[in-house]
Amino acid sequence: MITLDINGKTFETDADPDTPLLWVLRDHLGLTGTKYGCGKALCGACTVHLNGQPVRSCVMPVSAAANAKITTIEAVGESAVGKAVQDAWAAESVAQCGYCQSGQIMSATALLMTNKSPTDEDIDAAMSGNVCRCATYVRIRAAIKRAANALS
Amino acid sequence: MSNTTEQVVEVSRRDVLKGGAALTVAFFLPARGRATDGNADAAFAPNAFVRITPDDVVTVYAKHLEMGQGVYTGLATIVAEELDADWSQVRVEGAPANAKLYNNSAFGPMQGTGGSTSIANSWDQLRKAGATARALLVTAAAQRWGVPADEITVSRGKVEHAASKRSARFGELVAEAAKLPVPKDVKLKDPSQFTLIGKDTIRVDARDKANGTAMFTQDVRFPGMLTAAVVHPPRFGAKVKSFDAAKARAVKGVKTVVAFETPVRSGVAVLATDFWTAKKAAESIAVEWDETNAFRRSSADILAEYRELAKQPGRSARSEGDVEQAFKSAARVLEAVYEFPYLAHASMEPLNCVVRIGARECEVWNGEQFQTVDQASIARLLGLPPSNVRLHQLYAGGSFGRRANPKSDYLLEAVAIAKAAGVDVPVKLVWTREQDTRAGFYRPIYVHALKAGLDKDGNLIAWRHRIVGQSIMGEAALFGPPQAIDTTSVEGASTLPYSIPNLAVELHTTKVGVPVQWWRSVGSTHTAFSTECFLDEIARATGRDPYEFRRSLLSSKHSRHLAALDLVAEKSGWKNARPKDEVWGLALHESFNSVVAQVAQLKRLGDGFKLHKVVCAVDCGLAINPNIVAMQMESGIGYGLSAALTGAITLRDGVVEQGNFDDYPVLRMNQMPAVDVYIVPSQANPTGVGEPATPVIAPALANALATATGKPVYALPLSAQGITLA
Repeated sequence: MITLDINGKTFETDADPDTPLLWVLRDHLGLTGTKYGCGKALCGACTVHLNGQPVRSCVMPVSAAANAKITTIEAVGESAVGKAVQDAWAAESVAQCGYCQSGQIMSATALLMTNKSPTDEDIDAAMSGNVCRCATYVRIRAAIKRAANALS
Repeated sequence: MSNTTEQVVEVSRRDVLKGGAALTVAFFLPARGRATDGNADAAFAPNAFVRITPDDVVTVYAKHLEMGQGVYTGLATIVAEELDADWSQVRVEGAPANAKLYNNSAFGPMQGTGGSTSIANSWDQLRKAGATARALLVTAAAQRWGVPADEITVSRGKVEHAASKRSARFGELVAEAAKLPVPKDVKLKDPSQFTLIGKDTIRVDARDKANGTAMFTQDVRFPGMLTAAVVHPPRFGAKVKSFDAAKARAVKGVKTVVAFETPVRSGVAVLATDFWTAKKAAESIAVEWDETNAFRRSSADILAEYRELAKQPGRSARSEGDVEQAFKSAARVLEAVYEFPYLAHASMEPLNCVVRIGARECEVWNGEQFQTVDQASIARLLGLPPSNVRLHQLYAGGSFGRRANPKSDYLLEAVAIAKAAGVDVPVKLVWTREQDTRAGFYRPIYVHALKAGLDKDGNLIAWRHRIVGQSIMGEAALFGPPQAIDTTSVEGASTLPYSIPNLAVELHTTKVGVPVQWWRSVGSTHTAFSTECFLDEIARATGRDPYEFRRSLLSSKHSRHLAALDLVAEKSGWKNARPKDEVWGLALHESFNSVVAQVAQLKRLGDGFKLHKVVCAVDCGLAINPNIVAMQMESGIGYGLSAALTGAITLRDGVVEQGNFDDYPVLRMNQMPAVDVYIVPSQANPTGVGEPATPVIAPALANALATATGKPVYALPLSAQGITLA
């Protein structure tokens, strides 16, 4: 059994230790807001926070996530930064198909937690690991700046 | 607001008109996002598109798939406008499969989403649906209050009689409204009265798509559900000869391993308690393939064949004047050949679906784009009547055409697997990204050969355009026997708007063996590039400005082209001097009855360039929601740019060489230009916006590059030509 601390709650899982955290979240625990996109840390749809850092849960063995504080899209809005990001996402009409947006929001929140007023270059650096096939990038950029303003 | 998972099932129009009691059948998914629906029995549903409950919720049934294009919001806006509902009381649910009630009138007697037709084909229908419901609510209020109906006003969900100071919310009137006869003719609003149409109402899915609660097929879970991971053949047309699944069967959590075969694909599936278990087990299976009929050609070989074909006359798709004679008399002749690769759709949500085969029915959970085709395909496989195939609609994590598969490929695969396994529990088929990329149904390879004749004054007197490639519609075989000319192979070329006295468009339709399909903007994905790049080449050769040259070739009957072109020129400042470090390119193209013009603005950075901004003008008729129109322009530009920069599926000895976002790179944040969108003011009926921006960016960008470097672009993607942008 592996014990996980997810969104402030404790979960036990009997998944194989090499099972990626993504599939434990989705298939074992029913936390389906975190998405599968590529399975190789190439698209960012599976981004969650591990001790506040954005990580790609599709390549992280669940055993490596034990004893860490995991935050997913389901609870990111409980922090002031996460809430500001989600509000900005709606205000800027970011989402189209929406499938990648959980990961985008997790990456954006992680950025704003360490950088209160990111430049365009900061945004490029923090967000270029997150793919959006609807190409909502213009609005993601605007929403990150809106959230930064709201938080300042 | 939410995309709930409750569904109307097979409601006949009679039942609906009566406001029948049993309108909904609930099934249970993880209980999030379900609409409050306390009093279904007392619902008021005067037609198949709108239902109002005593709790004052207005539910709009969307016959089209929400795959990102904003159609749930657009459809609901039309209903809410004519109903005079308050936007906050409006919910949207995906309609069930029912070709009688929910057909796409642009497709004929079938339900489906595509061709940027959703708003256009729903416009009159949903205005009437909303206005009918409004009229009934007004009649109900007039009867209750004993006042003339024409003294009653409706605004933001409130029915009011000012003189007697009485008012009621919609929900308070539904019981009486449901008993009234439905009027045949209703008065529609004058556009000057619109309060929602033309406004940037917030999308109905904005909130749920920002907090992880929006439900995609990938998120559907049921108690006892099995997840299937598959082994696909290495080449199109290969079949399973034998397989050894001893290791897979021994894995804890694996329930069974089966071979499957559909008209599209043969393979092996592992059914397990969860995806990771199934996938790991599937990787341990050794399959021996029968490759007798497998496809074994290479992209390079296909292109070589096409280049030769392009030298020969093809079948005529359009012919005016006498091009060959005009070439003989021309003072100058220009020629160019353009090449386009296979493209995968590569939606963010790898293809997946959930099916449950019952004793006499089959249920499917899917982001459903092609209901009537999918029902028929599944019914054929299972020997059921199509109406016994029940489709539950979910959000789709993208599609770009792929989910409207003419062969129902991934759905049939799931059904074949569940059938072979002999299970009656729900089975979720999940493809890996690599399987999604390699499954075929690509935008076809095309080669275009263009030739222009100029007279001694440099006037364009002749234009010949030859296109070589597979027929998407012919291979789909859905709409009757193959036509001599597949219009989707030549659209954009055969509809060239420019006035040229001698003009010929010819087509060579090829047979290859790689499954092909419509890909966001279909024929225009290649015809916009070759026509608009060649036009610029002629402009450069004759020293003319690309904007003025296009203008000179457009007659007044192409007023929408002129309007979009003029608007993009005005807003970009085309006639002004460019900033010193910038080079711009222009392109103009009509697709799906909308006209888009774009100016791509390149900025010099060292030895290279960065695409820093795109100015886009669109004439799409009346813009229901201008913000969503802008979103679709941005999205189309990003999707088209992605293909232009790096998009290519290549085959070697029949094997697809790409699999994931490392070798099939897609556009990322740092590559996305700023986009300014301008909408041509129009009161004409709305036309498409989901696709029309897509094909314009590649030629606009290539024209800028050609202006900057003097080297025209003759093949996509740019990366294969050694061109990368900063």
